[in-house]
Amino acid sequence: MIRAALKSLLGRKVRLLMSTFAIVLGVAFVAGTLIFSDTLNRSFTALFSSTVGDVVVRPEGGTTADGSPSSVTLPASLLEKLRDVPGAARVDGNVNAIGVFVVSDEGKVVSGFGPPAIGGNWTGAPAGHGLEGMAIVEGHEPHGADEVALDQRTAERAGYDVGDRVTVIPSTAMVPDTSEQPGEQPGQPGQPPAEPTRLEPTLVGIIGFPSGGSLNGATFAAFDTATAQQLFLGGEDAYSDAWVTAADGVSQEQLRDAVAAELPDGVEAVTGDHASDEAASDLLKAVSFLTTFLLIFAGIALVVGAFLIVNTFSILVAQRSRELALLRALGASKRQVTWSVQLEAFVLGVIGATVGLGLGVLLAMGIRALFANFGLDLSGQSLIFAPRTFVASYAVGIIVTMAAAWLPARRTGRIAPVQALRDDVALPEASLHRRFLAGLVLVGAGLVLLWLGLFSDLPHGGWLTGAGVLAILLGVAGASPVLSRPFLAVVRTAYARLFGTVGLLAGQNALRNPRRTAATASALMIGLALACTMAIVGDSAKASVDASIEENFVGDFIVSNVIGSEFTPAIGDAMEGVDGVERVVRERYKQTERDGDRMAVAAVDPQDVGRLELQANDGALDGLADGSVLVQQSWADDEDVAVGDDLTFEMPVGERTYRVAGIVDDNPIVVAPVLMTLTDLADAGFTASDNVLILFTDGSPGVQDRLDAVVADLPVVTVKDQGEFAQEQREPIDQFVLMIFALLGLALVIAVLGIVNTLALSVIERTREVGLLRAIGVSRRQLRWMITLESVLIAVLGALLGVALGIGFGVALMYAVRDQGLEVISVPFGQLGVFLGLSVVIGVLAAVFPARRAARLDVLRAIATE
Amino acid sequence: MTASPPAPSAEIVPEPLPAARVRHLTKTYGTGDALVTALDDVTLDLAAGEFTAVMGPSGSGKSTLMHCCAALDTADSGQVFIGDQEITRLKDKALTRLRRDEIGFVFQSFNLVPTLTAEENIKLPMAIAGRSPDRAWYDAVVATVGLADRLSHKPSELSGGQQQRVAVARALASRPRIVFADEPTGNLDSHSGAEVLELLRRSVDAPPEEGGGQTIVMVTHDPVAAAWTDRVVFLGDGKVVDELRSPTREQVLDVMNRLAEPRPTA
Repeated sequence: MIRAALKSLLGRKVRLLMSTFAIVLGVAFVAGTLIFSDTLNRSFTALFSSTVGDVVVRPEGGTTADGSPSSVTLPASLLEKLRDVPGAARVDGNVNAIGVFVVSDEGKVVSGFGPPAIGGNWTGAPAGHGLEGMAIVEGHEPHGADEVALDQRTAERAGYDVGDRVTVIPSTAMVPDTSEQPGEQPGQPGQPPAEPTRLEPTLVGIIGFPSGGSLNGATFAAFDTATAQQLFLGGEDAYSDAWVTAADGVSQEQLRDAVAAELPDGVEAVTGDHASDEAASDLLKAVSFLTTFLLIFAGIALVVGAFLIVNTFSILVAQRSRELALLRALGASKRQVTWSVQLEAFVLGVIGATVGLGLGVLLAMGIRALFANFGLDLSGQSLIFAPRTFVASYAVGIIVTMAAAWLPARRTGRIAPVQALRDDVALPEASLHRRFLAGLVLVGAGLVLLWLGLFSDLPHGGWLTGAGVLAILLGVAGASPVLSRPFLAVVRTAYARLFGTVGLLAGQNALRNPRRTAATASALMIGLALACTMAIVGDSAKASVDASIEENFVGDFIVSNVIGSEFTPAIGDAMEGVDGVERVVRERYKQTERDGDRMAVAAVDPQDVGRLELQANDGALDGLADGSVLVQQSWADDEDVAVGDDLTFEMPVGERTYRVAGIVDDNPIVVAPVLMTLTDLADAGFTASDNVLILFTDGSPGVQDRLDAVVADLPVVTVKDQGEFAQEQREPIDQFVLMIFALLGLALVIAVLGIVNTLALSVIERTREVGLLRAIGVSRRQLRWMITLESVLIAVLGALLGVALGIGFGVALMYAVRDQGLEVISVPFGQLGVFLGLSVVIGVLAAVFPARRAARLDVLRAIATE
Repeated sequence: MTASPPAPSAEIVPEPLPAARVRHLTKTYGTGDALVTALDDVTLDLAAGEFTAVMGPSGSGKSTLMHCCAALDTADSGQVFIGDQEITRLKDKALTRLRRDEIGFVFQSFNLVPTLTAEENIKLPMAIAGRSPDRAWYDAVVATVGLADRLSHKPSELSGGQQQRVAVARALASRPRIVFADEPTGNLDSHSGAEVLELLRRSVDAPPEEGGGQTIVMVTHDPVAAAWTDRVVFLGDGKVVDELRSPTREQVLDVMNRLAEPRPTA
């Protein structure tokens, strides 16, 4: 029996391999995602363990949550004290800053959007556990104000060699005194002291990881300690943090305890292991959305693929029903026949999973390359193949294939032995009526789940929504043989009108086996439904952003960094002096903690609150003063906060409490839910650096040019009017939607393959009919037309179902989040029209191979086929 | 070899052109030891307005001969004319048109497109050509076939005999020059078979306005079926070995028995 199953598998290689493709893609997503996230994990862990000492001494509340150092420092005297701690081999003080951009020899900022641009001092301190960590691999350590060392990849990417003059922009640097400012600034003599800093030191050293590792795309510019203190700490003889290296035989824990005993209040000591885990897990959390995302797409690919497998196996089993009946006649039991089909599915699953695993490796490499493009360079870390990747890949591949083949396999059990002797074997099939009802029930359940997920307060709303969407998709797929019948009948008539007999034949063929047509169309439906949902979400988000900017934009220009990260206040200072500028409103955002949860706080000068045109719902705007805050309505509702309440935050200098002075309408101009004064923010221990400047001008001509001139040397900071700002805000949405489309494109590829497979199998199944048609004078061209028309019909059916469902999902989704700043529901009908048009193209393309196959059939052999 | 009817070159006597002519047709399958000569220099005329049977034991080449005549298969050498057109050199497109316009087919089974009604099946060759059938002729054919009340049925709703009669109607409806029938009664019980044979006979004998005047070539191994024809051509080992005019069942059986006798090996 096993041999019979394997033989039949070999005899149908091509057809089966095509249906395996879906499994291959699904498994590839699973494997690729797992490999990539393991690699990412290891890479970050490696990075952080090679960039921390045995014990890290840092101000409590240490770094702010986004990684930027606080303004609280360790005095040099503390380090002296630590050198006497027993078990300490050496103590090195570090000066750290972020937003220190390296500009390439072509004037471009070397940086990605994610990884930080780090500046600091070079200490040569070893990493924890005696690891070599970073070392100068070429040239020498930087000495004096005019020398800098860069990490290897940054130097490569910027095109600098040792000895070159390099451009470094410490955009968050303390405003330095021009007289002490290192480096020359040719061409700009006598500039005012407030001018943003632009350094041009000589590159004297290249920093590398001799024992492996990389900065994962971060850039690192290192100066000597005095210069770094001058640049980043305002010249204070102090440090951001310190590493204490353990003497031989002293563990990190022992050393930490010894060090901790010497520390004053507000300064803590943690082990290097702890610090690196902390940092790595923060970053990993930030990218975990990607893992989730890819796994969702793996799920979509597998669901779509399962349709394909059900279909393929149904057709194959139907074609083989005589052979199976013969096996029954020869004494095989029902079970054996059923299991022979399941065995085929098992072998296919194994093959699919194996190929998928291979493809997953390529996918992981692809994602890594993509990330490198965005600046997160992981090339220093080879790919990690964890055992669970293999287990998950094979489990997914085999289980999905066998589960999908189960329905058709079960049906084979009902084949009676006597059917071996008959000419026409019809497989018994469950009634369409029952299937239709089951589909409707599933849709109903899906609707309930969707409603609960979107509009109720039940936990796991995302899961409920996802399950609801899946149930509706499956339900519609189940009901579609009946649902689609009127449509198919209409199209058949239209086809017969338009294309004559060939059209009629095509329409009839699509109607001949409605469940097959519908199952094939369903695969396309799923992909398109999700694509339409995304199109609507993206379009609505953009429309909401536009509407919101339209409504809330104040002032004339916005000055901000590419990703809203901070920049030096010197820019705002300079802009205040620009002719025509009436007022510069500075906004700052910082990450802090409240009750252990991360949250952002924003700050402005209380004088400027009126200019933001906020709407006070309770309390008063002018209540904003030192010691008090304004909060946004939605946050206040969620957190049950009222005017007069006290809010306590974990700030770098320790806990700080503020009184709520007013509750304002949500307004995107204030990014964080809580707004405080600039003075409070500085007192809380945050460095003074701006995130956004809102400029009010007298509208005189040339103002923008003059403003642009201020930031001309700072490619990272731009001046935008309302239109440009809106454009900048829409871009990430476009990119996000495009990325999802690219992934859904894969689901479409699977669906196209499904159509190809179904048609090809249908052609084989109808070999005699095709032969007959050819014998009585149907030309090859007409035959190709017939199959193409059938294919287009299937594709358009799938597209119509998909677009209809997609509109439903998209509108429901947007309706559910309408009070979260996305008020506008916009359906991009043009885009949906393109999807429908695309489905015609898909239909035509999918028919190419089966149509050619049909046209090439040898007439004589076709009519002689049993 | 049996004498063939007068050659078409005889211009003195204005004989009607035969519906199909076969000249020195040879076809082999396989190579070396497995070489099988299906047709060995066959020359044959199929007269217009005649009902001809081609008979012979299994492997005698009768099916191959029909397939070659009907533009379904190509020979190694020799020529086949349908009317005055030589078909052995034609490309697929021209062959398709030839099958559509000049030739009618009735196969042993699976003659009808299952998704189309009886009427749609009958009209199919003309519909494909984009022509509408000659109304009077079509009505005559349908009347002859005797299925006027079943025209809107799908093949699955018809009996085997009815399906074959629809197939015959389909073959006749486009007024082809010649109809080839490959064991048209092979899958039928004797009663249904007789109905189909009677239909074929009538479509040759009846006056043209009643759907008659056709030329039919039928491959069969059934002496009863052969007895319905005007002429029986016997094939053996790829050659024409005998011929009967106005055959009876007994005569056909005699020849068949003779052909089936084992010959001494060379």
